[in-house]
Amino acid sequence: MSKILVVDDSNSIRDMVSFTLKSSGYQTVEAQDGQDGLSKAQTGTFDLVITDVNMPNMDGITLCQELRKLASFQYTPILMLTTESSTDMKQRGKAAGATGWLVKPFNPDKLLATIKRVVR
Amino acid sequence: MDIQTLANEIPVEGEYALEGVDFISSGEQYLTFSLGLEQYAVNILAVEEIRSWEQPTHIPNAPMFVKGVINMRGVIVPIIDLRLKFGIGEAKYDKTTVVVVLTAQHLTKSRTMGFVVDAVSDVLNAQENDIKPAPAFGGSLAQHYIEGIVNVAENVVTLLDVTALQTIEKQSDNY
Amino acid sequence: MSIDLSQFIPTFLEECFEGIELMEASLLNLEQGDEETINSIFRAAHSIKGGAGTFGFNHVTEFTHLVETLLDEMRDGRRNIAHKDIEILLDSVDCMRLLIEAIRDDCSYDDSKVIVTSQLLTATLNNNSIDENIVEDTTKDNENTSNAIADDNLTHWSISFIPEHHLVQTGNDPLLLLNALAELGKVSVTANCNSIPSLVDLDATELYISWQITLITAAKKEDIAEIFEWVEDDCQLVISNEESIDKKPAEINLDIANEADELITEKPTIEAKTKVKPNVTNDSSLQKPKAESGSIRVGVDKVDSLINLVGELVITQSMLSELGNDFELSKVARLNSGLEQLLQNTKELQESVMRIRMLPISFAFNRFPRLIHDLSKKMGKEIELLISGEQTELDKSVMEQISDPLVHLVRNAVDHGIEATDVRITNGKPEKGTVSLDAYHQGGSIVIEIKDDGGGIDSNVILAKAIENGLVDESTSLSESQVYDLLFEPGFSTAKTLSDISGRGVGMDVVKRNIQSLGGRIQIESTLGVGSTFKVFLPLTLAILDGQLVKVGREVYIIPLITIVESLQTQEALINRTSGDMVLYRLREDNVPVIPIYKLFNIPAQNKAIKNSLLVVVEADGQKVGLMVDDLLAQQQVVVKSLNENYQQVEGVSGATILGDGSVAMILDVPSMINMALKLAKKQQQNNIVAEEVIH
Repeated sequence: MSKILVVDDSNSIRDMVSFTLKSSGYQTVEAQDGQDGLSKAQTGTFDLVITDVNMPNMDGITLCQELRKLASFQYTPILMLTTESSTDMKQRGKAAGATGWLVKPFNPDKLLATIKRVVR
Repeated sequence: MDIQTLANEIPVEGEYALEGVDFISSGEQYLTFSLGLEQYAVNILAVEEIRSWEQPTHIPNAPMFVKGVINMRGVIVPIIDLRLKFGIGEAKYDKTTVVVVLTAQHLTKSRTMGFVVDAVSDVLNAQENDIKPAPAFGGSLAQHYIEGIVNVAENVVTLLDVTALQTIEKQSDNY
Repeated sequence: MSIDLSQFIPTFLEECFEGIELMEASLLNLEQGDEETINSIFRAAHSIKGGAGTFGFNHVTEFTHLVETLLDEMRDGRRNIAHKDIEILLDSVDCMRLLIEAIRDDCSYDDSKVIVTSQLLTATLNNNSIDENIVEDTTKDNENTSNAIADDNLTHWSISFIPEHHLVQTGNDPLLLLNALAELGKVSVTANCNSIPSLVDLDATELYISWQITLITAAKKEDIAEIFEWVEDDCQLVISNEESIDKKPAEINLDIANEADELITEKPTIEAKTKVKPNVTNDSSLQKPKAESGSIRVGVDKVDSLINLVGELVITQSMLSELGNDFELSKVARLNSGLEQLLQNTKELQESVMRIRMLPISFAFNRFPRLIHDLSKKMGKEIELLISGEQTELDKSVMEQISDPLVHLVRNAVDHGIEATDVRITNGKPEKGTVSLDAYHQGGSIVIEIKDDGGGIDSNVILAKAIENGLVDESTSLSESQVYDLLFEPGFSTAKTLSDISGRGVGMDVVKRNIQSLGGRIQIESTLGVGSTFKVFLPLTLAILDGQLVKVGREVYIIPLITIVESLQTQEALINRTSGDMVLYRLREDNVPVIPIYKLFNIPAQNKAIKNSLLVVVEADGQKVGLMVDDLLAQQQVVVKSLNENYQQVEGVSGATILGDGSVAMILDVPSMINMALKLAKKQQQNNIVAEEVIH
């Protein structure tokens, strides 16, 4: 069973993402901001990280950079949840080592379809 | 007869119910009861429970037909005497007097009230096309209480609207 | 698969309100300006927009997008933080609140403000940065759209996918990409392994393979491109329609031209959209139902203490049941101590459960910075707001109901209390007026103070006005506090001219009535020229009260202990009858009107004679009355239950409770009973001035 780390400061989005993933048989760990995400990331290995960009304490870009510094996250797919579909944000994400992005708003079906592109 | 036994004996399926009506279980079920010599009924889904009469706590300056409130498992439930409210029969209280507790939705909230009746009779199974509109020259009963009437053999059962029954006119200043 | 999103909506709405509150508070502080604050405001708007889109509230997304764009420009330093913009943003926050409340209450809202504000926002945005917007949007749209020539018929696509060696290091997996392609249609793939180096030079983290793919599908070019969206910068990718490879360059130019057209036509549609919104009627804001929120956030410590107590309760229970298994008389002492322990446990449990309903009063105080900001602007008075004691805890339902009266009192302090700036300067006071809010516990009550350093209350002016309005007689001599109480008389207003802020028909009498309906009272202290303090005393909780049980006829009533002055047996010499039906009882220097409960409530009573009867003297609004009862029973704590739930409000009664024997008893509402007695007396005076009823 694939294990996914979900990082978002919004409870409702996090619940929704996590619920969707769980109902499709993924295992999830939730974190409420980048800082929390980073420390939870170190508690184990994950098959995928889904993170919001704009968050207090540590944003998603920084989280991405930090995760890539960890040996166990060097090649782990990292998806950014973002409403900013501008090239700029995508470039910053890519530069920080993100695998891809998911533009909000998205529905559960789109989320699942997208995830299939990075998780077996 | 003990009131709870009576309540338990009330058939929930159509086969034991009043004769003269063609029973198909898809129809709505109504609990029938008597006020004086007349037969009335309410939708069985609204019936919370059937209790024996107990002396309620008086509500100051309430209308005469509001007998007071009782404690029903921690909930304060007002008791309305339908005989007084409708002016039918004689409002006497003895061992067979029963209280039918009804719950209905009022806008966003549900409301529970007990209604004193002379006796609970039966469960009536009525199809939509069995239910006729009440004649314009009804009896003493205001039209808005009446959902319709159903013929059962030679008798007429008046179906009552629970939400309308539960609506209490603003308490007047007459004390 | 389908997931029901509606289950997440309550959380989302709660978050929105938190975000809106944060935005408002931060905007008010932003006037000094700093990056962290603007960032947090932006973040809040951003989350609301994102959530709204996800949960399908597109009108919220649309509106919040404008707000976000403006904030983004401020954040990037593209726009200076102008005072005017902050006002627009504050208005926008109000609009967002309106929209979210409409969703929560599932009702319509007044859209005029939203339309005006979104036009203002659009205008502000266009003003400064119209060029940038277009540039940004063009790039955005270029990525996502493309007028592909492919129609619904199957098309043969030829895809050349040559990834950079580092592609897998980004976490992308070419196999999964190919799988995704396979979902679009029929795929045939040729892998080119020519660049795989010898084993010595091979780096396992690099990718050396490239692919040539043909795809037969009904999907459009953008669908295919979307699959490669994340890797397009890390590979050479050519997607071509096999029949039209040479047309490609022309096609791209065409696309850009088309999009430019679209952009130009886009503006009017945005404005049109804001006007046509679903669920919208005017004037509906007045009848907006006020939802008492159904959920509480509770600190973990409170829950933990509950769990502890329940643990103790279980221990006591098992001890008692063991004792009961083989009980002998010799164990009575242990039984007694066990029961005592049970009593203690229950009491603590009750207190703990009550604490769960307690919230810090900051929930009510939080709206005041904005209120003061708006008011001081409107009135042209500079005002500083000081808040203290915001951690003082108060029952949730008391809080919800005290909020509006507090707003009224604060408005009043700004409007009538604080003098105009020039007056303040003349009087040698600081230019800036101060309004302070404080909350603290005192005995079993919570006290909320609203204090201003304004002109104070001139009791002569009030008295003159009251005489003018016929509220008091010229000859009456009143103490200072009695004069202040006149402010709460219906129809009394000291504002010499009606201002927009207060004096809109809702008077202080309503404030007082609201406070009283919560079982509280209000008190005024004031010094002319120095300022006034309004003190609101409220019970900590509405759910439980200490009561005196009394008997009248066969009914048991509960008199709130807090209202009782004393209980006594009447002495004939002290009973005085006045005209009408009124009986006065001389209690030391006071003449206390006697109210026989049986008469007020129309019930039979054992004892109808006032002589030698039992009087419970109670006080409300500074008025003492003697309630005549048949018997005094025990004093006990009772749990208040509402009669409203299944019945309606009953005059003279504030609720009901269930006694130890399971029967119901009414809780008396003393102020309302006094009111009833007054009405009754007036009626009788009118009806029969002649006949004075004989009292046995």
